[in-house]
Amino acid sequence: MPFALTPEREREFADILSRYPNKMAATIPVLHLCQEQHGWVSPEVIEFVAQQLEVSTAHVKGVVTFYTLFNQRPVGKHQVWVCRTLSCALRGAGELLEHCEKRLGVRAGETTKDGKITLRTAECLAACGQAPMMQVDKDYFENLTLADADRILDRLRGD
Amino acid sequence: MLKKTKYLSRTYDLERGHTLAAYESVGGYKQAPRALRMSREALVDEVKKANLRGRGGAGFPCGVKWGFMRPHPTKPAYLVVNADEGEPGTFKDRTLMELNPHAVVEGCIIACHGIGAHAAYIYVRDELHLSKARLWEAIKEARQRGYLGKRPFGIDYPVEVYVHTGAGAYICGEETSMLNSLEGRRGEPRLKPPFPAQVGAFGCPTTVNNLETIAAIPTVLELGGDEFSKLSAIHNLKDGGTRLFGVSGHVKTPGVFEACVGLTLRELVYDLGGGVAGGELLAVIPGGSSCPILRADEKVHAPDPSSALHPWHGQSVLDVPMGVETYRLLGTMLGTCCAIVLSDRADPVLAFHNLMQFYRHESCGQCTPCREGVGWIERILDKVVHGKSDEKELDLLHDIGSNIMGNTICAFGEGAAMPALAFVQKFRPELEAYVRSGGKSGTGRLSLP
Ligand SMILES: Cc1cc2nc3c(=O)[nH]c(=O)nc-3n(C[C@H](O)[C@H](O)[C@H](O)COP(=O)(O)O)c2cc1C
Ligand code: SF4
Ligand code: FES
Repeated sequence: MPFALTPEREREFADILSRYPNKMAATIPVLHLCQEQHGWVSPEVIEFVAQQLEVSTAHVKGVVTFYTLFNQRPVGKHQVWVCRTLSCALRGAGELLEHCEKRLGVRAGETTKDGKITLRTAECLAACGQAPMMQVDKDYFENLTLADADRILDRLRGD
Repeated sequence: MLKKTKYLSRTYDLERGHTLAAYESVGGYKQAPRALRMSREALVDEVKKANLRGRGGAGFPCGVKWGFMRPHPTKPAYLVVNADEGEPGTFKDRTLMELNPHAVVEGCIIACHGIGAHAAYIYVRDELHLSKARLWEAIKEARQRGYLGKRPFGIDYPVEVYVHTGAGAYICGEETSMLNSLEGRRGEPRLKPPFPAQVGAFGCPTTVNNLETIAAIPTVLELGGDEFSKLSAIHNLKDGGTRLFGVSGHVKTPGVFEACVGLTLRELVYDLGGGVAGGELLAVIPGGSSCPILRADEKVHAPDPSSALHPWHGQSVLDVPMGVETYRLLGTMLGTCCAIVLSDRADPVLAFHNLMQFYRHESCGQCTPCREGVGWIERILDKVVHGKSDEKELDLLHDIGSNIMGNTICAFGEGAAMPALAFVQKFRPELEAYVRSGGKSGTGRLSLP
């Protein structure tokens, strides 16, 4: 089935286009908009974006594969990223990640069997002074203890 | 010398400090209308006098950069504000976006005039959702007040400000990669020349400035260039003003602090950071992970009286004022002024490995020396930490790093190779002990027990 935006996102789409001197510049923001609705960038989404922005599907694919935040396959309902980079590692990111993996029964990069949570590592998320930290969907959780992490993960699993 | 200030962070402790009302309650939006009534030359001159060095890492003088912009007969000019903040250890721009976004907007208005642009794009990494929301809110509020749009403050100088987002790629912080990303392309750096001032965003003359550089502009105007510069303990080295310092890792009170330029690393670690959180100070990565590491036991070697470092000859590197020039002479870089602190209970070999994993992951892959070299360093370190390497491979680390230097399209290559070479040089005994013991040397951990 071809992809289409919801009416509300249609308006957002028009707003995005108005910010740039040409349509191609809207590629990344529009891909975000589509992914927000669809969960991932499917071939249909690529087709849609290429058509709307009057660029080739090869161009859109090139962009999608370059940036790590575009999901090239379906992912869990919630996204959990544990920052693994040095400032966080110095304050227990390694232990935090291992704990999350055990708690969820998955390795970093995998999705829980119930499809609720995709666990991943992230590179420095600009929260180094509040380490260790993780990003859950759009929110940052900082200065985490393992008990904090349990509470967050349990809430996501119950959702 | 430690002198705390409250210019950039003037709204940080206010309730709802991110709103227009809060910003105006502490003098905000007084400088933009003044600046728009100045001639462009006078404005650029004021910024030159301020000795405001770019806060994005390279430390280029902001006023000089603005001076490169020449009006084009047919093309518009653009301001691109770099808020991609992805350099490991760096977390200062985020505080400005979340807690003082109107200083960014006011800075954009002034900077647009300074470079002859009518539109600014603030490029924010996608993960910073609160930052983006706060910037959009600030832009909306400013527009409603008539501070943005066709006639900001009733003056005939149209200015629009937009937020643009990335999608998870550290390399997009490099300015030409950022331009490609802004244009909707893969974020691969461009060969220079042409420089952005000639051919930048959408083929038009463009200035790329770090977000903190832009947020400091209203303060430059408020104090005047000279006074701003003199806040710094090293303004005689053309390194002026006040800036944000970050400290993370093994300190008791990590965070972002505003202070005058010229603070020493010792003051950053002990006075602002509250001292080492456990064990003794081993080393500090002074300004983001691309800056070569400094060991706490290093001494300044500058016997030549004409060297800017000479006054600190023989002293600890921790006591040198943190500046663009002083740190270059120390063989490291000031970078983003956000330091990562390692206690002697942490394993420097594991820290090295951790950082090289980052660089291997983030290389855009265009240049062979960077793509292959960084990957190779990381694979060797993988073997080192698992006890499967040997001393010959340690020598290779140095060769690979040296071959990256100067052989790449963008500064990422050097940003990965320089810290690698510094680790190899300054922690050689630790690396050797690792290979000899089959990976069982060292403390075996990064976090404090
Ligand atoms: C690999 C790489 C990553 C960079 N990342 C950033 C960044 O996240 N933020 C930033 O302001 N500058 C970054 N820079 C520096 C920019 O290329 C550019 O010099 C800077 O934005 C200019 O602004 P300034 O003169 O105000 O400092 C990076 C440079 C390189 C080579
Ligand atoms: S140096 Fe590295 S990051 Fe920069 S263009 Fe070359 S491959 Fe890409
Ligand atoms: S290292 Fe984790 S947020 Fe920077």
